[in-house]
Amino acid sequence: MNFIPPDFAPAYSEIFLLVMVCVVMLANLVAGERRRYVAYGLAQIALIGCAVLTFTSFSSEPSYTFSGMFVDDVMADILKLMVYATVAAVLIYSRAYISIRDMYTGEFFSLVLFATLGMMVMISASHFLTLYLGLELLSLSLYAMVALRRDLVTATEAAMKFFVLGALASGFLLYGMSMVYGATGSLHVASVTEAIQTGTLNHEVLVVGLVFIVAGISFKLSAAPFHMWAPDVYQGAPTAVTLFIGSAPKLAAFGFVMRLLVEGMGEMVADWQGMLVILAVMSMAVGNIAAIAQTNIKRMLAYSTISHMGFVLLGFISADTNGYSSALFYVVAYVLMTLGTFAVIMMLSREGFEAENIDDFKGLNKRNSWYAFITLLLMLSMAGIPPMIGFYAKLSVLQAVLNAGFIWLAVVAVLLSVIGAFYYLRIIKLMYFDEPVSNEPIVPYGDVKLLISINGLAVIALGIFPQILMGLSLYAIQNSM
Amino acid sequence: MLFGFPLLSLIIWLPIVFGLAVLATGGDRNARLARLIAISGSILGFLVAIPLYLQFDPTVSTMQFTEKHVWVERFNVFYHLGVDGISMPLILLNCFTTPLVVMAGWEVIRERVSQYMGAFLIMSGIVNGVFASLDAILFYAFWEASLIPMFLIIGIWGGPNRVYAAIKFFLYTLLGSLLMLVAFIYLYYVSDGSFSILDFHKLPLPIEPQILIFAAFLLAFAVKVPMWPVHTWLPDAHVEAPTGGSVVLAAILLKMGGYGFLRFSLPIVPDASQQLAGLMIVLSLIAVVYIGLVALMQADMKKLIAYSSVAHMGFVTLGFFLFNAYGIEGAMVQMISHGFISGAMFLCVGVLYDRLHSRQIADYGGVVNSMPVFAAFFMLFAMANAGLPGTSGFVGEFMVIMGAVKINFWYAFLAATTLIFGAAYTLWMYKRVIFGAVASPAIEELQDISKREFAVLAILALAVLWMGVYPFPITEVMHVTVDELLAHVANSKL
Repeated sequence: MNFIPPDFAPAYSEIFLLVMVCVVMLANLVAGERRRYVAYGLAQIALIGCAVLTFTSFSSEPSYTFSGMFVDDVMADILKLMVYATVAAVLIYSRAYISIRDMYTGEFFSLVLFATLGMMVMISASHFLTLYLGLELLSLSLYAMVALRRDLVTATEAAMKFFVLGALASGFLLYGMSMVYGATGSLHVASVTEAIQTGTLNHEVLVVGLVFIVAGISFKLSAAPFHMWAPDVYQGAPTAVTLFIGSAPKLAAFGFVMRLLVEGMGEMVADWQGMLVILAVMSMAVGNIAAIAQTNIKRMLAYSTISHMGFVLLGFISADTNGYSSALFYVVAYVLMTLGTFAVIMMLSREGFEAENIDDFKGLNKRNSWYAFITLLLMLSMAGIPPMIGFYAKLSVLQAVLNAGFIWLAVVAVLLSVIGAFYYLRIIKLMYFDEPVSNEPIVPYGDVKLLISINGLAVIALGIFPQILMGLSLYAIQNSM
Repeated sequence: MLFGFPLLSLIIWLPIVFGLAVLATGGDRNARLARLIAISGSILGFLVAIPLYLQFDPTVSTMQFTEKHVWVERFNVFYHLGVDGISMPLILLNCFTTPLVVMAGWEVIRERVSQYMGAFLIMSGIVNGVFASLDAILFYAFWEASLIPMFLIIGIWGGPNRVYAAIKFFLYTLLGSLLMLVAFIYLYYVSDGSFSILDFHKLPLPIEPQILIFAAFLLAFAVKVPMWPVHTWLPDAHVEAPTGGSVVLAAILLKMGGYGFLRFSLPIVPDASQQLAGLMIVLSLIAVVYIGLVALMQADMKKLIAYSSVAHMGFVTLGFFLFNAYGIEGAMVQMISHGFISGAMFLCVGVLYDRLHSRQIADYGGVVNSMPVFAAFFMLFAMANAGLPGTSGFVGEFMVIMGAVKINFWYAFLAATTLIFGAAYTLWMYKRVIFGAVASPAIEELQDISKREFAVLAILALAVLWMGVYPFPITEVMHVTVDELLAHVANSKL
């Protein structure tokens, strides 16, 4: 029997990243306590290298490898590039925060890179088990990251909750996949689609499998009623880790939903559409209403994430290119806003002080009017006020929903986002209308200063000129369907 | 576009650029510079708007000075600007008000001057954008964006209860406008992928969707106007806002609601508008009569003027839904005139507030003894507010009442009661504040208005009198557009 090596080309960036993770771990050992920046620098280099590899291998034709379990198509490339950019931004934003909290270690960076690798595998999977593999690599890295400060009770508690509930969700997912396998006899995305298309399969078994898969997905997206872990984990984890959990994995989760529901079970749209409607409405309702009662900013943002994920799900409901690209656009806008907001929170924190309460935003305009202005843009964008990018995100999702004929759903979404506007306005109110409680100067590193300014201005610039990003989202979806 | 020159873009973006420049001056060390840039920007903003009037062709009803560029290709959204006889006067009113507001806040605002001035200039540009947009999404973007500066103005420089007022103002308006957005997206699909307002005008629609769209528009515009019973945010916002904020709110932002009815509700859903005209007239008359009575009982001057604004805007919506030329033109004149008068009234209250830091009528009395010049100006504006012939307040109300008589005598009768209530609440307040015994030693020592305040009030006084005596220049430009609108509304879209 001859061994034919698979074509590695489509997975070059993943392979490169895996090598680099090992390099980071080894280099960190050699560099020792004093030279932690080595690991940081190598991590950034790894991301840049991946970006170069992904960019140069860009092609509009999908290429499959590893017996069709792995695919490199336009959507995968675009999502991966976004993931690299997001992770790089996370690392830049977190550097100051983690270095004064004993987290500026090789472990942190290797876990971040492992998680990134997990996301890349998820995005490129064309087999249910590859998806699962990527998801677990991501999740396990995240559990460990939450618990990285093991002397903190809240962080360990959060990690425990995250782990137990996450494992449960993974169980759901696997169970659902096994049902699908039972019905179709395959776990290849393409063969599952073909098998369902024949229309001769046992529909009940498929639907039961679908229910479990949707439940698993909802958990990972933190959509209500599977959202319980999010507020605790967001609050308990160190802010740098919360930033990471809240940003890049949502891009991967988008890819995950696309591969599983749209590409794999696209023929069962009539079945999952109704489920997503319920999940979306519940998420928007729970997220927006519960966020009002929060006094902890990280917890509030967790609920805000839940409501945003409800909006992302709305995009999937229309089940066409238009809707999927709207959902992708929404996710990108969401990631941009989340990055900026958590960066501001970390900037307000200092040695021995965690900016965690919304009251820590009090009087920010008097302390530093530029950062207050950036936060103003971010909050308005989250509330969906034009000309910020958040508005176009909501607009494109709403038009997809109306296009699919769900007028009532659009009205409900709109009403709930008015409720949502309240708690974003409250942050603006604290920053602009109230007197500061502390007059500690805000002195971020130079690169953070630059990046957060770009981040804030991007929120308004991409809002005034949304065409580029919208076009990119549309291109990504059109070329992978 | 005139001679290939994008005049409307200039009118929109010039104040915004100046506003950003003012913001860039930073802290209060550069307050003087901030004020100077602000005043030059606002005056320049008014000067560039003058050609809009001079080169406007009042004989055609089509859009003029149009500009059209692709903006968001994906959704067929265009950067499409243009004005007709309805929007042009409102743009002029806005450009005219901005320098006055900047002057009114000249010395009074001492904290965060650059942010205050910058917010007003940026808002001025945004509001011009609202009136000039011919694309629904562009319109919506400007419409919502105008909330942000006003929210900050009320919240930062407002009175003791400013946070409540600012958030109430924002959420009320947001709720209305988001439903309008849903209506826009619906129209986008019905019109096969166009967000052009002019395309919406031509779109045939069955009656059920028309009614729903009318309801969505109504919520957005009624909140803004504001009509009874969704007017409750206005007194709060006015009372807490700084003087400049109140002026812009009353003079400009309320007009956005009125403009919305003329640009969207009537032409896009004419049949629903006709069917529901009775309801609209009833709501308007409640605003005129009931809110007039409410105004009578106010102890706070700003609140009184705020309620009087609601009553006067009731006239505007009444005029719109009479569907005759007198009604609509009268309503338009009323909007412009209310812009001058209410702005002036708030400035007068601001003059008193800056000196004594009280808005309570009971704290005043005998002001005429120490401030005779001010008392004269206040007298003129109070009379105009009451609708005295010879002032601009009379023209619009008279035209609307004329329009109402043609439809139903009782509409006209109820509307005309405003001449009594308006006189009662305005003049009674005037009497208690200005005449009578000197209420306190502080009033005896009041300084009369400064040159700056004199200049601001004098300009407004001239405007009020000029419009009262010779309104022709204003009615002339809107005449053809209004006739065209009426002809359009008379055609069923079913």
